[in-house]
Amino acid sequence: MQNHFDLFQLPLRFDIDMKQLDAAYREIQARVHPDRFVAAGSAEQRVAMQWATRANEAYQTLKNPLKRATYLCELNGVALQAESNTAMPPAFLMQQMEWREELDEAKHDAVALEQLEQQVQQAHRDQLQQVASQLAVPDFHSAAQTLRQLMFLEKFSNDLDHASEQLN
Amino acid sequence: MSTAPHQHRLAVGIDLGTTNSLVATVRNSIPEILSDDEGRALLPSIVRYLPNGHAHIGFKAQAAQTSDPKNTILSVKRLMGRGLKDIAYAENLPYDFLDTPGMVQIQTVAGIKSPVETSAQILATLRQRAEDALGDELVGAVITVPAYFDDAQRQATKDAAKLAGLTVLRLLNEPTAAAIAYGLDNASEGIYAVYDLGGGTFDISILKMSKGVFEVLATGGDSALGGDDFDHRLLCWISEQAKLAPLSDADTRLLMVKSREVKELLSSKSETHIDATLGSGEHVRLTISAETFAEITRHLIQKTIQPCKKALRDAGLQVDDIDGVVLVGGATRMPQVRKAVGAFFQTTPLSNLDPDKVVALGAAMQANLLAGNRASGDDWLLLDVIPLSLGIETMGGLAEKVIPRNSTIPCARAQEFTTFKDGQTALAIHVVQGERELVSDCRSLARFELRGIPPMAAGAARIRITYQVDADGLLSVSARELRSNVEASITVKPSYGLDDAAITRMLQDSHGTAEQDMQVRALKEQQVEAQRILLATRSALSGDADLLTETEQTAILRLIADLEQCVDGNDRNSIEAAINLLSKGTEEFAARRMDKNVRTALTGKSLEQFT
Repeated sequence: MQNHFDLFQLPLRFDIDMKQLDAAYREIQARVHPDRFVAAGSAEQRVAMQWATRANEAYQTLKNPLKRATYLCELNGVALQAESNTAMPPAFLMQQMEWREELDEAKHDAVALEQLEQQVQQAHRDQLQQVASQLAVPDFHSAAQTLRQLMFLEKFSNDLDHASEQLN
Repeated sequence: MSTAPHQHRLAVGIDLGTTNSLVATVRNSIPEILSDDEGRALLPSIVRYLPNGHAHIGFKAQAAQTSDPKNTILSVKRLMGRGLKDIAYAENLPYDFLDTPGMVQIQTVAGIKSPVETSAQILATLRQRAEDALGDELVGAVITVPAYFDDAQRQATKDAAKLAGLTVLRLLNEPTAAAIAYGLDNASEGIYAVYDLGGGTFDISILKMSKGVFEVLATGGDSALGGDDFDHRLLCWISEQAKLAPLSDADTRLLMVKSREVKELLSSKSETHIDATLGSGEHVRLTISAETFAEITRHLIQKTIQPCKKALRDAGLQVDDIDGVVLVGGATRMPQVRKAVGAFFQTTPLSNLDPDKVVALGAAMQANLLAGNRASGDDWLLLDVIPLSLGIETMGGLAEKVIPRNSTIPCARAQEFTTFKDGQTALAIHVVQGERELVSDCRSLARFELRGIPPMAAGAARIRITYQVDADGLLSVSARELRSNVEASITVKPSYGLDDAAITRMLQDSHGTAEQDMQVRALKEQQVEAQRILLATRSALSGDADLLTETEQTAILRLIADLEQCVDGNDRNSIEAAINLLSKGTEEFAARRMDKNVRTALTGKSLEQFT
């Protein structure tokens, strides 16, 4: 089966033109979406649903930088194994623990939460930048390591979101 | 790939509302509401059951709401796909509920009624209205549902439409329907929030509108919050202020009606009176100001702002990214609602289309599109999402998310599981919907079992469970053991929807017809389906025969001939069998046509870029 990049006729790399992705996605959906096949036979309706499903999955994967990077690593034979491979650099782990403590203390303090959120977002941007340069080399193993850290950050961001929701 | 040119196909959009329902269609390119023979656009969503087994629907039923509360069903939408424990203030409702598994039912003088059946009677009334106005049978309808409806509520709505004899072209989310009507009317582009507070449901959808595309970025809401709750709040206030003893059913209804009047009056006045005489002869007379009303309903409005924040967050947006806010639903006429929405989004909300009608108009436009009445290039693409995460129960009663909320539909996701005991031959699968971590806090959609797994050591089986959500937002689940290829699948229906046997029984009850008539109807439906497939296949052959070898083409022509031969006969089973054979025999052809179609799509684009 074609990979997601081929499907949208995009170059196989991390740095892609988002406008081109949007346009290709819409062009394909305009052709395959089940809404176009309301009067068609059931075989065609089934195929339309499969295609539209596939286009959605490919689009969601490529649109999100973290997912796009993970997918690129996988295409190049480097699986993230985020669940089994939890080895992290000590400095990163220390930072995580500090943030966790800060979150516990900031649970009832909107300003402190906001500050923490900004720090985490900055770290997220920095790490993503690093992934981009690692993939440009390309060094998929290092990129995978950074991506595993990013997933930690993502999870922490969700916990932060949850905390500010509770606060509201 | 559309079907051959044809005459205008009659299709309608139906807004099946908590308080009122409407039907609309597109005539001469203009969407319009179809009124009843007295010129009334709204049909009160009220059904009264009579001792002779018949029912009054709409205004006639409304007139009896206080005199016959037990048999006059209001706001049935709040009961769709719901068990008794899910229904807020059930103790204030006058009905004799039956706590039946899955969905509640109501004991009436005309027998036991399911919310699906009651909704079907409202839909059938609108279908009749449309067929009378348009002078022919409909090819189908787009039925709107709250964006925040879960799978059980959607399935119940689709069942009701089927029961009303409607072909469902699509279930369409109400805020999305409003966005279509609004966007096309104003040629709007940008990011819009649609705030839809109806009689019993609240939705917020964030959409990106651009030329020819409506893309829902995130949706949120509360499927049990609406104008009814404001009425109820007023009712409680009246009881407190007037120090009333617990009310009879008739008095509760009477004061609910009064509360609704007060709510509507306070949209344009700063003060009004409540005047009512209870069954006991006790007289209630109170004065209420708009300020007091706003004060006692503040928490209800606050309950709508939370989902707005969540939807923005899910869409990855800030308030100032929103280019405009559209108000939909009768309850948005309340000034305190407008004020709160304006304050949150920091902009004056738009309401230049009638908030009661905009959903039906948008649905009619979508129905017209789906029926194939618009030329390509003059059409649009709609990309909607599922409102709630779909998950599966794992060890320890935890819900693991399989498809996250706000995924664009259609979508699918497969996950692998294994056995945890040596020699285990079956695996129970529990499908749930919701955001919470514990299964007990989520909605249970279905349970089924994959059986016949060959005995293996614990952890050796590889069971792939696939969730597929279709364009109506409805889920089907299949499970397969990969080593042995044992398979089980389910359309998520049993725990909340109705099985085919129950539908058949209701059809018989509601039409008062004999078994024989039912068979005639089923035969006719099968013939219509056969004609549709024949037409589609012939049209595909005339356009893309070059994708087939001569042998393949002959095989398909043979299947067409087989179906043609039995289509006018009386044997429903042989027509069904021939349809299935043709459908199966054209699968590969359909796949090749779609491949070609996609290739053309992207080649066409790169050509354009060069010119």
